[in-house]
Amino acid sequence: MAQSAAGDALVELEGVTKRFQRGSGTAVTAVDDVTLSVRRGEVLAVIGYSGAGKSTLVRLVNALEQPTSGTVRVAGQDITRLGEKELRAARAGIGMIFQQFNLLSSRTVAGNVAYPLKVAGVGRAERDRRTAELLDFVGLLDRAHAHPEQLSGGQKQRVGIARALATSPPLLLADEATSALDPETTEEVLTLLRRVNTELGVTVMLITHEMEAVRRVADRVAVMEGGRVVELGDVYDVFTAPQTAAARRFVRSATHDRPSPEALARLREHHPGRLVTVRVTDRPRLQQAVDAAFRDAGTGAELVYGGVGEIRERRAGSLTYELTGDDAAVARALGALRDQGVSVEEEE
Amino acid sequence: MTVEFFDGFLSSTDVFVRAIGQTLLIVSVAMVVSGAVGLVLGVALYATRPGNLFANRLVFGVIGLLVNVIRPIPFVIFLLAVGPLQRLVVGTTLGTEAVTFAIAIAAGFAVARIVEQSLVGVDPGVVEAARAMGASRAAILFGVVVREGLGPLVLGYTFIFVGIVDMSAQAGLVGGGGLGDYAIQYGSQRYDWGVVYAALVAIVAIVVLGQFLGNRLARAVMRR
Repeated sequence: MAQSAAGDALVELEGVTKRFQRGSGTAVTAVDDVTLSVRRGEVLAVIGYSGAGKSTLVRLVNALEQPTSGTVRVAGQDITRLGEKELRAARAGIGMIFQQFNLLSSRTVAGNVAYPLKVAGVGRAERDRRTAELLDFVGLLDRAHAHPEQLSGGQKQRVGIARALATSPPLLLADEATSALDPETTEEVLTLLRRVNTELGVTVMLITHEMEAVRRVADRVAVMEGGRVVELGDVYDVFTAPQTAAARRFVRSATHDRPSPEALARLREHHPGRLVTVRVTDRPRLQQAVDAAFRDAGTGAELVYGGVGEIRERRAGSLTYELTGDDAAVARALGALRDQGVSVEEEE
Repeated sequence: MTVEFFDGFLSSTDVFVRAIGQTLLIVSVAMVVSGAVGLVLGVALYATRPGNLFANRLVFGVIGLLVNVIRPIPFVIFLLAVGPLQRLVVGTTLGTEAVTFAIAIAAGFAVARIVEQSLVGVDPGVVEAARAMGASRAAILFGVVVREGLGPLVLGYTFIFVGIVDMSAQAGLVGGGGLGDYAIQYGSQRYDWGVVYAALVAIVAIVVLGQFLGNRLARAVMRR
């Protein structure tokens, strides 16, 4: 969130490595020397393909897993050094939701939400009050006495969110919370997660493999590959200027303004000129700068592919032009654009 | 012919009724005792399993070995073998009490395995969620695992009920009382098949009724 001071970290992972011993001596490194902070008040997404180590990473934050080496601090407390009793108290301050919801099938919706309060020793009256308040927040007050199996997937995850927030934790861990849901329900749950962040001020660590989820709710994103964080930045920056191949793949999965290799082949059939792609950001007068650069260099420019939209409420997109004219003119145009800080690259 | 067939049964209805009462007594006491013993052993087996809440190789190994050794012993042989223990605890190897004790022990180990299996079937994700909430291990074991596994547990318990009725009938061989005893003493030994079939009908009725109640209870617990 904008009002939170930069550097005020709620979660700090330092040089964290987690190795799992597999049967006959072979070890798998799930998390490999990760240093990462989650700032108070932000939504930090951790994206990666399955096996990238992101689910292990999030389990290190509430000590469901112990790191092989490195330290994990939550609210300044080294969570790896706590005794069982202190750890349980610390966990009450960290909510968690899961891909498979993990609701207690033997309890009602209200019973599920009240359970962490019961565990924390909260009295009956206060439990009931808080449960009603949370069910109202997630819009399921009328289903309080239903059993989980009577709910749809989206409703189950909303119960999961209400349950995770019962003890008013400052931190919510979401482990692939929308991966078992259809697109419409995913949207509904992501909107709710965003509300949890903005209306309740809860810091969220969102584990996902869907770049669309990152785009919808996250402030920053960490890209994981092979147990390491290979890229970390504001969502807008990663979307408009991804630095690594892994980040570029994820960005492409959620945006459709760059031509695919097949689309590029089709374009070349009709456009013999050189194809260059300009990255659209919220830089003022970008269009004018582009037009002027092409005009001044004396190249013809035809718009052949692209799109402009919003990422986190800021202009973002990509435009692909066919440039005609001699090589020197094209080089002049690209040089002029790069001098003005416009990102432009030639399609291969 | 038909009237003659049931002559022996009709002249021994008082014994028949008493046999039903004895069978019900043996079965219900054995159910309660083996249920308690089995629940404790089964929960212990689940909890001490390697990597689980109260992982303990020694306890898990000892209970597991006991269950594995005792459970497959045919009940008739177990009944004879448990004699010294019977004499120690009940004071005799004959009669209803001694037989009930033997059945409770044998069934207890079977219940232990069924309890363990019901609990192992509980979704580990739910256990993880409870851990993430900061629940204590004991709270997770009883408030989450046992509670979530209650439906299959009741079904397994119903399954054991049939076995216990079976054992109670076999106990007739050592004069343990009940319908098995009745079928042997008044039936097969006198070549009176009317008595044997009357005992059979009563046993089947008890089993069917017990299963019906068990299934109803399981459904109520699982709320489906």
